Amino acid sequence: MIEIDHISKTFGPITAVDDVSFNVAKGEVLGFLGPNGAGKSTTMKMITGFLPPSSGTARVAGFDVRRDPIAVKRRVGYLPEGAPMWPDMTAEAFLAFIARVRGFGGADAETRIATAIRRTQLADVLQQPIETLSKGFKRRLGLAQALLHDPEVLILDEPTDGLDPNQKHEVRELIRSMAGTKAIIISTHILEEVEAVCSRAIIIAAGRIVADETPAGLAARSRRHNGVLLATRTPDKVRAVLKSLPDVAEVTSEGDGRLFAGAKNGASIITQVSTALREADAEIEQITVEQGRLDEVFREITTRQPAHA
Amino acid sequence: MHNVVTVFRREMASYFATPVAYVFIVIFLALNGVMTFYVGNFFERNQADLAAFFSFHPWLYLFLIPALSMRLWAEERRTGTIELSMTLPLTAGQLVIGKFLAAWAFTGIALALTFPIWLTVNYLGDPDNGAILAAYLGSLLMAGGFLAVGSFVSALTKNQVIAFVIAATLCFFLVAMGSTIVLTVLGELASGNVADFLRSLSVMNHFSDISKGVVDFRDAVYFAALICLFLFLNVVAIDRLKAA
Repeated sequence: MIEIDHISKTFGPITAVDDVSFNVAKGEVLGFLGPNGAGKSTTMKMITGFLPPSSGTARVAGFDVRRDPIAVKRRVGYLPEGAPMWPDMTAEAFLAFIARVRGFGGADAETRIATAIRRTQLADVLQQPIETLSKGFKRRLGLAQALLHDPEVLILDEPTDGLDPNQKHEVRELIRSMAGTKAIIISTHILEEVEAVCSRAIIIAAGRIVADETPAGLAARSRRHNGVLLATRTPDKVRAVLKSLPDVAEVTSEGDGRLFAGAKNGASIITQVSTALREADAEIEQITVEQGRLDEVFREITTRQPAHA
Repeated sequence: MHNVVTVFRREMASYFATPVAYVFIVIFLALNGVMTFYVGNFFERNQADLAAFFSFHPWLYLFLIPALSMRLWAEERRTGTIELSMTLPLTAGQLVIGKFLAAWAFTGIALALTFPIWLTVNYLGDPDNGAILAAYLGSLLMAGGFLAVGSFVSALTKNQVIAFVIAATLCFFLVAMGSTIVLTVLGELASGNVADFLRSLSVMNHFSDISKGVVDFRDAVYFAALICLFLFLNVVAIDRLKAA
């Protein structure tokens, strides 16, 4: 549905996006990650036809954004970073304007506006000028705008930025509910969000793709993947037992009598650990297997010096 | 066309959603009154025409029109709404024309609200109403020309103050280009054909006839060309500079 074909963008001497290629199929929710300034927003701006690529191109539903930008814009719902909207318009007038621009009139427009309002829970603020809306309502109005024409492709630049935990949850539910029928790209800094809604994650750093995997696959790169976290009142004894195991790479203390045993090469060590501890008759109050931490992987990948070929 | 109308309606509504419309109209009418009656000596002239009224329009528009046009694009660029505008299925041309027409129609409303002066002159005497209508049209065309210049300048910057100052300066050149002062300053450079050429490009040159009620086809073409040229440049500027 979305094809990014060797896209690059330079601003004078600065290369913001450097030869990025990937595809997003219908049904996929792609989490687009990267530190600030990595080129996430620039890439999204090129896909949506706001910025012309310096080289390469993007295609949406087969339409080339350089040759047929209007066809692309018709098929894309886009929430720009910061959800910019005209401050003096009321929420209702804004959605009515979007409906007209999208070519809907009469009863069709009304139904679509009503649906968008219901999905983003905006009913209470319709008559308010946008400048008086809270950050959360603004973000939701931006989402309503992007959803109004039920597009095949959704591109959301930080859709949950500035929302409270409940609103974040609602927006994620909304994205999940649409996941099956659309190709969705969301950019975010919140890694738990990637685990919550994305079927795939791309990490970019300094304009290049440095990882492209499922969230679980990314987490598996973590040093903590398949590691075992234990709570005990006899840490010294447990530590000795753990250290004797062949597949345990390291044992670290995490305070409060908690110990972490890292797995060698990410192998599953839980059976080995639990058997050994039972045999040693160690007192264990809690034991959990870790999946790995995305934030750790993210930090490791994005701070590593880019390997130039 | 549908899209131009949609943009036009949004822009028009935004004038009246903010104090911009009311402030502009009140100031425009007040200044027109002051100019006509105190500076233009409307009564003392003792003539049943509106020359005293129209002759000040170039100077009024010189700063009022840039005040109206400065926000057209600079504000969209500063607040980032240009990113929304340009990622909707709208072309730069539709946006430029829709915005321009809304600003122009708004100026037309302000101009139409000067109708009491027309009633006054008809009450006091027996003016040539055809000539007055022609002068109104000419004034509207001139406003359109200034608006196109201002809209283009507004697309070049994120800063509304800069947009205002540059647009006012450009409009001043357009007005004063053919005047003796400018030609004297240019001296040797602007002699003979050059002087004639500059004079022929000056707004004053084209408006002075119109304000007397003589609408020459060439004057209408001049203003139409001015509008088209700057709207074209506006589209180019938007396409090039939108994200800068």
